[in-house]
Amino acid sequence: MNRINKKLKEDGKLLSIYFTAGYPHLDDTVKIIGELEKNGVDMIEIGLPFSDPLADGPTIQESSTAALKNGMTTEILFEQLRDIRKTISIPLIIMGYFNPVLQYGVEAFCKKCREIGIDGLILPDLPFDVYQEEYENLFKKYGLLNTFLITPQTSDERIFQIDNASEGFIYMVSSASTTGAKQGFGSEQTNYFERIASLHLKNPQIVGFGISNTETFTEATEKAKGAIIGSAFIKHLTQNGVDSIADFIKLIRC
Amino acid sequence: MKDEINAPSSLGKRSVNSAYHANEKGYYGEFGGAFIPEMLYPNTEELRLNYIRIMEEPSFKQEFDQLLKDYVGRPTPLYFADRLSKKYGTKIYLKREDLCHTGAHKVNNTIGQILMAKKLGKNRIIAETGAGQHGVATATVCALMGIECVVYMGEIDIARQAPNVARMKMLGAEVRPALSGSRTLKDATNEAIRDWINNPVDTHYIIGSVVGPHPYPDMVARFQSVISEEIKWQLKEKEGHENPDYVVACVGGGSNAAGAYYHYLDDTNVGIIAVEAAGKGIDSGESAATSALGKVGIIHGSKTLLMQTQDGQITEPYSISAGLDYPGVGPMHAHLFRSGRGEFISITDDEAMTAGLEVSQLEGIIPAIETSHAFAIFDYKKFKKDDVVVINLSGRGDKDLQTYIDYFRL
Ligand SMILES: Cc1ncc(COP(=O)(O)O)c(C=O)c1O
Repeated sequence: MNRINKKLKEDGKLLSIYFTAGYPHLDDTVKIIGELEKNGVDMIEIGLPFSDPLADGPTIQESSTAALKNGMTTEILFEQLRDIRKTISIPLIIMGYFNPVLQYGVEAFCKKCREIGIDGLILPDLPFDVYQEEYENLFKKYGLLNTFLITPQTSDERIFQIDNASEGFIYMVSSASTTGAKQGFGSEQTNYFERIASLHLKNPQIVGFGISNTETFTEATEKAKGAIIGSAFIKHLTQNGVDSIADFIKLIRC
Repeated sequence: MKDEINAPSSLGKRSVNSAYHANEKGYYGEFGGAFIPEMLYPNTEELRLNYIRIMEEPSFKQEFDQLLKDYVGRPTPLYFADRLSKKYGTKIYLKREDLCHTGAHKVNNTIGQILMAKKLGKNRIIAETGAGQHGVATATVCALMGIECVVYMGEIDIARQAPNVARMKMLGAEVRPALSGSRTLKDATNEAIRDWINNPVDTHYIIGSVVGPHPYPDMVARFQSVISEEIKWQLKEKEGHENPDYVVACVGGGSNAAGAYYHYLDDTNVGIIAVEAAGKGIDSGESAATSALGKVGIIHGSKTLLMQTQDGQITEPYSISAGLDYPGVGPMHAHLFRSGRGEFISITDDEAMTAGLEVSQLEGIIPAIETSHAFAIFDYKKFKKDDVVVINLSGRGDKDLQTYIDYFRL
């Protein structure tokens, strides 16, 4: 069974952390992953940086630009991750935009992920229908779970379609926004969380965007299985460096 | 031809099984589609489900036509360029989009889209701009309709296009600097898309060319198709037949070209010539010749040809002309290139500037530097004496005066 599915079956709420590979320094990738696992994080999204991250707010834009300046490439990331499964056992997901994957070759990319022990991909700009028509078989062939996003604007009908096509979890974007944009949740989010819970989807949901502290983590996971933190973690890395990852995780899960 | 002048615009009506127009999913051959994050899905879906229906409403057509006539100044003339024709030994007609209000073809699209936004009940407009022409055309129609307008513009472009920034401000628009990435047109487009993600309900995004996710390339092409619709009856009046031998246009994103080609795309006896900016030369590392340098990829939600690194990072193009300085090309043009339907020629900065000066002095028309590229093809493409060649004069050169002054030390 895929590590993601196993993890989703565990009791308790899951904490997933996103970071941009190649930031703050080109060679921080393995160290960051190790620190995150050591400090009890349940799942990691490794961000493959892209020059034009449409769905991201300033924090992840800046970390992506910096990572590319540092020299990060798809090839280098795969090289850094080559032996990652000798030490790391939690699920690892690569999150990025579709164009770098397309240039690497979608099949070659999937194959490499399998070799390394990557469990899934999140490619926000690979649309659901294109995935189903052109790439689903490839992802399955290499044992990769693909995760789709839903937002407060996504219709129930489309959510059910996405639920049907998913085999891991559904990424619930907390509000109509780019990453890191909103501070705290309001009644719009509460209603949305309740609406999704009432649909009784077959896949668990993990909430992302706008989660930055214990309070938002707790609110987000009241109904959902887990939550993803990205921008807040990257800000912490910028301010405190990779040696202080334990402090950040303690702040979320106290 | 009075009947044609008074007939309502077809707004791009076309035969169903065209080989060169978008299919119902927004694909031109292998290019196009909507590669967008889910956050944008409701926005583009609302447009996709409604744009053709709205365009076909008689009240929409009537308002569009009225504004194009009384406000934009259409039909724009099709002018026989006598001295230029003599010089190059062929029959050259100029489609005078430079005479449109605001000085370029861009306003055909912004008029259409502001009416579309009103029909969709939107009360806020966003746009991206590079040189500022599309920003000015958007700010203009927003002033006309009394709608709030925010234009994203790269920080670097704001510094080098000061007069257009001032025009937008005078027209009441807010100009927001795009501070991310390379701080030029592609980043301004990213910022506009991010704004739309954050404001999905009340805001319409007026994209400035035949780029972006479906249905934008098709919608913008339909609004611009008025150009070739007019060329057809104007040419019939002057030459006795609707079809020229060639239609020539410069291609940045490709909207003026899409409009000039539109009604000729399926008439394969009409040659289609697309002119791209080679910048300092195709192999110089400073170029915007997407057909020569691009590979298939995804930019701003569209699968098309784009300039990128081997690793799939989008690269920064270069051209002396800010309007051609885009790393991609609309999916229609990627398909015209791949299928061989279009002939693509790239022109350097120097060749374009020289051609711009020549047209100024032979015809008394100072073209926009974008258009000057289209006038520089005669060294690369020979025409027969009785060929009829229509060049789309997409814009006038007022906005480029400083660049011409610096280049020619005027
Ligand atoms: C006069 C003129 N021509 C051409 C262009 C290029 O755009 P497109 O290729 O969409 O026509 C521009 C863009 O700013 C322009 O101002």
